[in-house]
Amino acid sequence: MLDIINHAALGLVAIAFLFPFFWMVSNAVRSNAEVTAIPARILPNVFEWGNLAAAWTQLPFGRFFLNSAIIAVCVTVITVVVSCLSGYAFARLKFRGRETLLLGYIGTLMVPPLMLIIPLFLIVNKLNLVNTFPGVILPISFGTFGAFLMRQFFLSIPIELEEAARIDGASRLRILVSIIVPLSMPAIGLLSLFTFIGQWNNFLWPLIVMTGADNATLPVGLTLFQTQQGTQWNYLMAGATLSMLPGIFLAIILQKLIYNSIALNAGMGGR
Amino acid sequence: MMLGKHTDLIARPRPRSHKWFRGEGWTALFFLLPGLIGIVLFLVLPILASIVLSFTNWQLLGSPRFVGISNYVRLFTTDPQFWTVLRNTLFFTVEYLVLNIIISLGLATWISSLKFGQRWFRVIFFLPTFTPLIAVAMVWMLIFTSGGLFDSLMASLSVPLAGVLNDRTLAMQAVVLTSIWAGVGYNTVLFNAALDMVPSTYLEAARIDGATAWDRFWKIRLPLISPTLFFGTVMTAITSLQVFDQIYVMTKGGPGSSTATLGYAIYQRGFQNFQMGYASAIAWVMFALIMALTALQFWFQRKWVHYDA
Repeated sequence: MLDIINHAALGLVAIAFLFPFFWMVSNAVRSNAEVTAIPARILPNVFEWGNLAAAWTQLPFGRFFLNSAIIAVCVTVITVVVSCLSGYAFARLKFRGRETLLLGYIGTLMVPPLMLIIPLFLIVNKLNLVNTFPGVILPISFGTFGAFLMRQFFLSIPIELEEAARIDGASRLRILVSIIVPLSMPAIGLLSLFTFIGQWNNFLWPLIVMTGADNATLPVGLTLFQTQQGTQWNYLMAGATLSMLPGIFLAIILQKLIYNSIALNAGMGGR
Repeated sequence: MMLGKHTDLIARPRPRSHKWFRGEGWTALFFLLPGLIGIVLFLVLPILASIVLSFTNWQLLGSPRFVGISNYVRLFTTDPQFWTVLRNTLFFTVEYLVLNIIISLGLATWISSLKFGQRWFRVIFFLPTFTPLIAVAMVWMLIFTSGGLFDSLMASLSVPLAGVLNDRTLAMQAVVLTSIWAGVGYNTVLFNAALDMVPSTYLEAARIDGATAWDRFWKIRLPLISPTLFFGTVMTAITSLQVFDQIYVMTKGGPGSSTATLGYAIYQRGFQNFQMGYASAIAWVMFALIMALTALQFWFQRKWVHYDA
């Protein structure tokens, strides 16, 4: 009995927590006049399902969606490839200054991203890459966290697996690509997931670099509904719903991976 | 395959290699090079540039002029906005940090007490974490806008309001609430995972010895998860000192300067007024603040974090 009450009580908290999602969708499918009507209604008087489609024609949302996808995918691919290469060097190759360099990599994790915004923009400006995809993608593709994460994972792979291949004369790169990487899919998966979502949701960097309206990402594009004449709330909520879908979808289907990766942090926090 | 041939070449030890590249040095260089180029160009160079910039008066157009520490002097003595910005940032960080940790720890503990369905509750509270903060802030702005849902709700309780976001004291509270909703999920899952790792034998033994649920929480589970709690607190503090997206959408730092934070000031000075030197100085103040707060927490952890699990 107590168990049921316990579940029901937390269930109520969870429903209350989900309310803003409901409110967003509920306002996406009503007229703008009804959005600002007083008193506020929980459900629209007239459901205007057409808003969801109309928002796409009001602003080039398809284009924004595509821009966001291109940037998030490219940053993720570069991050994973570079992190695997660097992580392998730190985990398996013997070279002078390895520990010092690794410490340097870890040290850069303390630098707040917001601090780098100004000099990074100036570099991109100098390279004539403002308002281009390479300009927005490259500067944020070389974080050091991935290298550290991959190193930690590679160290947990038994070295005997590689030694047989070494004796057969396989190069280090071949070993990495055909033996280590297939075994490291859990780590690559979580690095990809968190990099992708981080960039999908990123706002300030694309806002600064992608100055042309056509090059806006979804989060930047949403702000275009806030005009001098006022806010088109219903379209804005339709756009917000659209921008949230991939994250919500991934959070639900990949919940186990997310839990395991955060649990890894919880475990490491103790060491 | 050109690439394959290339690596075979450099994988072979060279007879007359420099002492730095003894052993597998050349192979390591090949593996590290893509990352190193990126890091030097987009991490090391920007950090150095940022220091230099903060001692100049560069306005993007024209050439920078070295002005010594006058940017910093101006920040702390003549800038009428800066102390407000600093106070707002600290106010936001402290309130958000305390609320986030209390709520996420509460939810995590509550979820771990459930007999079934734990993972679904975890997903629900985690959802906002994976959605664009900009979109989240817009939904909350709709709730808090003048004549919006929150005003309606308050009116029905006979508390007349005309837009929380137009109120000098309440605007920051709306930003904090939005941030909590957006960010509480990560720590909830983090602490829940840590609670799951507490060996059930410990709790069982305490139960047999007659410890109440209250005692088991404060005297067994909390000390055992304290390293994770510490990790979560430090990380949350670092991100909250950089708060920007919510402010940009909901208040633009207003009304007045009542919600302007360091992150917003960097954006405003740098990308609206193009005072690159001055904005860089603000960025370094923010970095110093992050370092100081982190050091403080590391110093303080001796009093409450137990590593001898």
